[in-house]
Amino acid sequence: MDANLVQEAIQNVNLQAIMPSLVLCVFGMALLLVSVFTPRGKTSHVAWLSVVALVITGFVTLTAWNNPQAGFAGSVVLDNFATFFSMICIIAAALTILMSDEYLKREGYPVGEYYPLILFTTAGAMWMASGTDLMTIFLGLEVLSVSLYVLAGFFRRQTRSNEAGLKYFFLGAFSTGFLLYGVALLYGVTGTTKVAGIAEFVKTMPDLTSNLMFLAGAGLLITGFLFKVAAAPFHMWTPDVYQGAPTPITAFMSAGPKAAAFAAFMRVTIVSFDSIQTELVTVFWVLAVLTMTVGNFIALTQKDVKRMLAYSSISHAGYALIGMVAWNEVGWSGIMFYLLVYTFMNIGAFAVLVLVGKKGEDNLTLDGLAGMGYKRPLMGVALCIFLFSLMGMPPTAGFAAKFYVFAGAIKAGYIWLAIIGVMNSAVSLYYYLRVMVCMYFKDPQEDFSWVTMNAATTISIVIALAGVLLLGVLPGPFMEMAMLAVF
Amino acid sequence: MADYLLSLIIFFPLLGMLFVLFIPRDNDGLLKGFTLVVSLVTFVISLPLAFDNIFATSGGMHYREFYEWINIGDYFQMNYNLGVDGISLWLVMLTTFIMPVTVLSTWKSVQKNTKGFMALLLLLETAMLGAFVALDLFLFYIFWELMLIPMYFLIGIWGGKNRIYAAVKFFIFTAVGSLLMLVAIIFLYYFAVESGVQISGFGVHDFYKLDLPYNAQYWLFLAFAFSFAIKVPMFPVHTWLPDAHTEAPTAGSVILAAVMLKMGTYGYVRFAMPLFPDALQTFIPYLAGLSVIGIVYGSLVAMMQEDVKKLVAYSSVAHLGFVMLGVFAMNQQGMAGGIIQMVNHGISTGALFLIVGFIYERRHTRLISEFGGLAHKMPIFATIFLIVTFSSVGLPGTNGFVGEFLALVGAFESNLRWFAVVATSGVIFAAVYMLWMYQRVMLGKVTNPANENLKDLSLREIAVMVPLLLFVFWIGVYPNTFLDKMNPAIEQLLNQMNNKQVAVVEVYQPVVAKLIEIK
Repeated sequence: MDANLVQEAIQNVNLQAIMPSLVLCVFGMALLLVSVFTPRGKTSHVAWLSVVALVITGFVTLTAWNNPQAGFAGSVVLDNFATFFSMICIIAAALTILMSDEYLKREGYPVGEYYPLILFTTAGAMWMASGTDLMTIFLGLEVLSVSLYVLAGFFRRQTRSNEAGLKYFFLGAFSTGFLLYGVALLYGVTGTTKVAGIAEFVKTMPDLTSNLMFLAGAGLLITGFLFKVAAAPFHMWTPDVYQGAPTPITAFMSAGPKAAAFAAFMRVTIVSFDSIQTELVTVFWVLAVLTMTVGNFIALTQKDVKRMLAYSSISHAGYALIGMVAWNEVGWSGIMFYLLVYTFMNIGAFAVLVLVGKKGEDNLTLDGLAGMGYKRPLMGVALCIFLFSLMGMPPTAGFAAKFYVFAGAIKAGYIWLAIIGVMNSAVSLYYYLRVMVCMYFKDPQEDFSWVTMNAATTISIVIALAGVLLLGVLPGPFMEMAMLAVF
Repeated sequence: MADYLLSLIIFFPLLGMLFVLFIPRDNDGLLKGFTLVVSLVTFVISLPLAFDNIFATSGGMHYREFYEWINIGDYFQMNYNLGVDGISLWLVMLTTFIMPVTVLSTWKSVQKNTKGFMALLLLLETAMLGAFVALDLFLFYIFWELMLIPMYFLIGIWGGKNRIYAAVKFFIFTAVGSLLMLVAIIFLYYFAVESGVQISGFGVHDFYKLDLPYNAQYWLFLAFAFSFAIKVPMFPVHTWLPDAHTEAPTAGSVILAAVMLKMGTYGYVRFAMPLFPDALQTFIPYLAGLSVIGIVYGSLVAMMQEDVKKLVAYSSVAHLGFVMLGVFAMNQQGMAGGIIQMVNHGISTGALFLIVGFIYERRHTRLISEFGGLAHKMPIFATIFLIVTFSSVGLPGTNGFVGEFLALVGAFESNLRWFAVVATSGVIFAAVYMLWMYQRVMLGKVTNPANENLKDLSLREIAVMVPLLLFVFWIGVYPNTFLDKMNPAIEQLLNQMNNKQVAVVEVYQPVVAKLIEIK
């Protein structure tokens, strides 16, 4: 081989661009080995080491802020956008791991592999966020998904968990099929899989909207992403998977991987399909309204709190989609800020549920939480703050986030969408309030004596709480970061 | 001191709340005592406002505080922007004044979870004070929504039998209205940005300067007016009020009646009316009509109530009708009447709820039929009750007279004359339902043996009522103390609304077209 070519290829690689995920993968593999030599049940140190790995990865990621790195001949870019989303995934993973250790012991699966799998998921998520080639995005998606399939079905002797894993696997594979088919068609039309390359090609193409192959490719690709985002009508897998998966994994899935899917979705759509934005925006309008409404209205009837939060997470994907309809910088950065906030508030809420649940978690129903606020006052207050944030009540972060995406929509002239959005928030008030009704307005049936505080989960809740309040009262710097992260 | 006085007043209760969280939960006396001290200190801190003569000479905003809060370039910007004028002055004073009274009233009635109760009361005070002095719409909205959270828990945890229904209804009703207002606020901001007017954040005074075209004003006014109408509450969105009032604990009812309902009327005066003067002209007849319906309907329904507390709750609907009618008269007397009536209603209805609380604590029932002849057993109570009843009816010499009289005179002098004629009947109805209730509860012979051994008011209970009675007479006999400081601000407000040109400025048409275009 020509020495120059090799030289060039090596220069093009630029490991800097994948440094964060590289660090994470190395840690992940090392911890996999560590966990092999760890006796069953003594996995706490694996958990703490994973948190350390994530913190280090976080610092490595942050060095790329305002210092974009491109690598692998332009198929990976670590720009502000990727950094922002990577940080969301890292935070989500760290909070999840913190609440997992005691939980796994309680549920009887104290296995070390759990943590490396979360790290690999996070690495996959980071590739999705930084991929600028449809193939890298696909690679990231697969790494993320395969680890998640395992994690969703992690409780292998529990039917519900098995069901979750299997369902997630089948539907995930199905959606990946869509995605790949879309990539293939787009390659057929444009001759490239590079996000920017497609955009270049599309600009010069006349008669774009009558090019069936291109439209089918774009449509299939977007459908694939929407599956992962859990937007209606591609949300069918969400409730069962979220309910059946181990609770920390549910929390993680609803925040980290969802953010990663949004990242890839946004980058591909905004960069590659800018030329058909008018058509896309109409589609997104319908999807946003559908997603919000379906999520909120079905959540109204749920008795199981975990399942209710699953439907609520669908509706939150709908609020975030409003930012896509807006198709302006305010909307896009609004989505990013929204997902950051959602990570804190949703994982926080799940962390409280993890603590309150009994083995098997059959008591995580509305009735099961009766009087929880009196028996466990601090946890009660924490859960209330998370729920108020999910509702979008000031002065919590949820309000700032909703304000941001709605502002984007109104700036772009979508008054009706904003009105539908706020009316959906009004509907959601009811089911969030109902949890609080049970916690505070009903007399305790049980003494909640099984609830034991442990350091790791408490840290996770405190960080989430700090995030929700800080991003609510002083959101300025973080909103500004989201603004700078829009490419 | 004056530079940050308002912040101090707003956040002192919040600071107190943080300390309350560290008091042991079983130390009931300390919790109540500490909260009382915090609310009293807040009142004392706010006193310099009331004695400041600048309000009598200048109608503008004073004690301004302005800090940049959120600034993300051309996306949006919010400021920490506070100020107080002759209108909000008295509402701030009312809030800081009613709080210690409320805390004192909880001494016996709140036994369960005192810590939570006190913490929520103080949080509520911060939110209410913040909403009255915020001049940035975004900041206002935050305080406005924050108010719901403590009140929701106050009703839901310490309320009566039907408390869950009442609390959820209260929360959802008020939140739905405010959410639409949120959309309107954001729209207003981007309109200002697009039209190139120099604005700093969501400052309401910058928005006053906008020349909004009529069709935009129309919808924006509707969104604001709807939100405030729910809070006032105006007919027909008043239905949450009787439920909330009846189920809330005494302290909750007092704050709800005395301060929170004023949020709605204050919202009209500060935001909805001056921001959209052209649309206001269109809606005044309808809104005045709803106010009058509220007066008559509230009075008639109050008359038929068997539960004293429900009666007082419906009387609130009627009283707030007078406030709104006065405000919509859009002249000096009407406005002054409306605003002084806000304060009056706070004092008289607050006092009525306290009185209901006193007899409920003694008998654990509020049904009128259970009582009768209490005056023989409780002479001090009877006297105080009578004075408060007169004040609520609007007898000359009490505060109620001044407010209702000014509001009605204002309405007579404006083009709402016929509305005023109908509204006047409300004064008569008020006499009927209040005096009839007083007669059935207090006068005659003691028919129910359970009432034989009732104790008269204790010193603490008298101490709760005396400050309120003081203001009943002060405002009734010499209202100028209050009116003098209110008038310049009202004058400025009216000038500003009347001077705005009733015209659609051509320049703004494309901007509106861009923003209103329905996609």
